Amino acid sequence: MKALITGNEAVSTAVKLARVEVIAAYPITPQTSIAEKLSQYCSSGELDADFIKVESEHSALATVMGASSAGVRTFTATSSQGLALMHELLHWSSGARLPVVMANVNRALGAPWNIWCDHSDSLSQRDTGWLQFYCESCQEVLDTVLIAFRLAESVFTPVMVMLDGYILSHTAEPVEIPEPEQVDRFLPKYQPLAAIDPKDPHTYHAVTSPEYFMEFKQRQFEAARQAEAVAREVSADFAKQFGRHYALTESFMCEDAETIIVAAGTSAGTGRYVVRRLREQGRRVGLLRVRMFRPFPFEEIRTLLGGAARVAVLDQAISPGSEGVLFQEVRSALYQAGGSGPEIYDFVTGLGGRDILPSYIEEMVEKVENGGKAGLARVNWLGLKS
Amino acid sequence: MIEIRIHGRGGQGAVVATHVLAEALFREGKWVQAFPHFGVERRGAPVAAFVRYAERPIELRCHIYTPDYVIILDPTLAGSPAAVEGLRSGGGLLVNSSLPPEELGLAGEFRAACVDASNIALKHGLGSIASPIVNTAILGAFARFSNIVSLNSIIDAVSGLIQRQTEINIQAVRESYESLKLPVIVESKASR
Repeated sequence: MKALITGNEAVSTAVKLARVEVIAAYPITPQTSIAEKLSQYCSSGELDADFIKVESEHSALATVMGASSAGVRTFTATSSQGLALMHELLHWSSGARLPVVMANVNRALGAPWNIWCDHSDSLSQRDTGWLQFYCESCQEVLDTVLIAFRLAESVFTPVMVMLDGYILSHTAEPVEIPEPEQVDRFLPKYQPLAAIDPKDPHTYHAVTSPEYFMEFKQRQFEAARQAEAVAREVSADFAKQFGRHYALTESFMCEDAETIIVAAGTSAGTGRYVVRRLREQGRRVGLLRVRMFRPFPFEEIRTLLGGAARVAVLDQAISPGSEGVLFQEVRSALYQAGGSGPEIYDFVTGLGGRDILPSYIEEMVEKVENGGKAGLARVNWLGLKS
Repeated sequence: MIEIRIHGRGGQGAVVATHVLAEALFREGKWVQAFPHFGVERRGAPVAAFVRYAERPIELRCHIYTPDYVIILDPTLAGSPAAVEGLRSGGGLLVNSSLPPEELGLAGEFRAACVDASNIALKHGLGSIASPIVNTAILGAFARFSNIVSLNSIIDAVSGLIQRQTEINIQAVRESYESLKLPVIVESKASR
């Protein structure tokens, strides 16, 4: 059935279809309507799950970690400062190999106070061991939450699904809602490797001496790397079941492109709109959307960008004192030991909800094609007031 | 692709209006996008909300700066330059007002029409005198004015989306459709 729903409704619909058993969430704009809807589903009996009310985001994640340790499928959702408050437990949950799934509705981090979209909240959690997906449409949000559970439970690693605050969370668009039986076939009941049992007590994640700690971390690292191949398999299976295929990166007119724009989230849609218009003028421009950010698909990105003369990265998060976060990762993919590749430039825009206009993306293309190295700084800001 | 921008004040139902309009267009087989511009969320503050529709999936994700249609829910915003800013030449402006378009001091090259949606809303008990809820009471007139969506689709969308006072909202839609005065003022040239 196709229905007109918002990104937040797509999340709660997917969580219902996934037959999650324990949910804990603390409301924060613009995530709130996810928590509200899930709590309604739980109280009406539409979803047979416990919705546990908590006093903070830290407690929300702690609660679902406990439930996940007991061997059930769990979910939480947050935004911005809420995600930052979870930081300590983000590391713990991935180290504990708990397949929790979270939706993060992207929103800027203060100060100054701001409720609108950028990617600084989730990109600043890139080293916590959570796998990360960035979505472009409400359909993709619903589908990615389902994919996230399969992936998390296959590699015993938590997964974060990102949707742009307001631009997806509060935007209604047509979404194909799968039948519950279809989802059951794709996503069978979670089978934990170990589960807390009061009748058979064990200690998990106790103090681990220097003789063993590194081995734990190396295995966690390998699992996260392995998640790339597993994500491809899960996506292929998803496509078989539902007819919609999601690659880890989505390339648009990159084959013969001289200039390729790299973006994540909804700005990629506006980017493709610009690429189509520039192609009509005979310009050889393409766009690569990074859908999976952790694990970062290094080889795939190097292959897709390698033939271009120039790459321009659109960043919605910046590391003060360094560069845009997506830029760092893309450059790292392009320039491995001894390699050479296209020129690469960093553009920062869309912070704190600044609307990303087609003209900004046209400006990126103009600048890298005409300005070249001389005209551009290490980090180039687009759309600043003069 | 056609773009519609709705201006109102917090509490008048601009966001719901975009959802109903988008749902109606969706029911007619269009690809749609309905989204609000969230500012500081408080009753009475000016708000804007947007609808795009097309025959194929919509990629563009920015706000609407050059709308084909503008709908103004609050009569006091009719004279605001921000409300008609970017309205395409040959586009359409529909205002909730008891005055005729000639008396609104409009400037630009577009078709303009007025419907007294506040009065219709109050007659059907939607909102209060201080704050009538005019979203449904303007969409019937918009169907007739724009001719881009049918009255029946608007009514179906109201039935599907509005759970409370559904029947009186539908009556308001019908009355608003009937009460739009045609033909409307065409091409009010800018007087600069």
